[in-house]
Amino acid sequence: MQKEKKQKQTTATLGELFVAWFKIGLFTFGGGYAMLPLIEREVIDRKNWTDKEEILSIYALAQSVPGVIAVNTSIILGNRLAGVKGAVVAATGVITPSLIVIMAIASYFDYIMNSIYVLQAFSGIRAAVVGLVAAAAVRIALASLKDKPGYIIALAAFLLSAFTEIHAIAIILGGALSGLLVYYFGAKGRAVE
Amino acid sequence: MLMTFLEIFWGFFKIGLFTIGGGYAMLPVMQQEIAKYGWITAGEFIDIIAIAEMTPGAIAVNTATFAGFRTAGVLGAVLATASLALPSLLIIIPLSNFWEVHQDHPVLKSIFAGVKPAVAGLIGAAAIYIARTAFLYDPLLSQKDGFPIDLRSIIIAGAVFVAVRKLKADPIKTIIAAALVGLVVFGL
Repeated sequence: MQKEKKQKQTTATLGELFVAWFKIGLFTFGGGYAMLPLIEREVIDRKNWTDKEEILSIYALAQSVPGVIAVNTSIILGNRLAGVKGAVVAATGVITPSLIVIMAIASYFDYIMNSIYVLQAFSGIRAAVVGLVAAAAVRIALASLKDKPGYIIALAAFLLSAFTEIHAIAIILGGALSGLLVYYFGAKGRAVE
Repeated sequence: MLMTFLEIFWGFFKIGLFTIGGGYAMLPVMQQEIAKYGWITAGEFIDIIAIAEMTPGAIAVNTATFAGFRTAGVLGAVLATASLALPSLLIIIPLSNFWEVHQDHPVLKSIFAGVKPAVAGLIGAAAIYIARTAFLYDPLLSQKDGFPIDLRSIIIAGAVFVAVRKLKADPIKTIIAAALVGLVVFGL
């Protein structure tokens, strides 16, 4: 089942970046974590721009600085693959579907909001997003959790985020601090892989 | 008109600059700025959040596009959205360059060894959070009393989970399929 680790792509054309991020922007409903399955599909499975583990670091970075998470993620990967131009193109790709769709909707606002069929279709989409995010959570947990401290940190983050009002950034910072204590100061002999 | 464009630029630049964590975290700041400049009404702001949740794309980007469009047409929409993304570009490019170069440093490696499981936990919590609203009966679609959980939603979510995990289905196709299934089963 375990495939040979493919070599990561280190460059991408501006066209590829635009199309990949346009698709992500177009088919992501709900923003935030709901984007993960689509981002993974495009940038890991199809394009091999990053891997299951590294995407978590990128995601943490994207979430810990100002701005929209999706846009931030596109900028980090775009910048790596094609420099500043790549960052601008990837960000443009991910926001263009919003521009088109929202402007269309703003023009037919009342009609759309009152359509029972639209509401029914979106009830289906909302349910699908739950399945997609749950699948992403399982996939990511399997890829990233390797040792006891990792399991404990993940469980603590899950419980704090699900059942308290603590902000995600505080939880990420807590993870960073735990990582530093456990892997750097805690076990000098333990190899961090 | 120039004043309007300057206001849109500055307002959304600030929103992009001062909100960390994306999504719903951006809405309070956005509401303040929108109220200050009177771009759209409070009622429209609530409507646009509903729309932004239902339509593709990041919620904050969708809200910015809508407010910009209502205020100053297509140019306003483009300007609002670009202004929102600009601080990200300015901040993240140097930061991620630093991270790319130094990510193998033991300190950074240790930090991210702790951050990754934390993010995995956050994503698990997000699934629960989304499920809370997605699995409840939609008051606009049905008036059922009693048991508040909609089994149809749970079945769709379960089917999507299996399709993506076990059958390696394409998320885009599963979303389209779920929309069609929703159209039928929520009409029953």
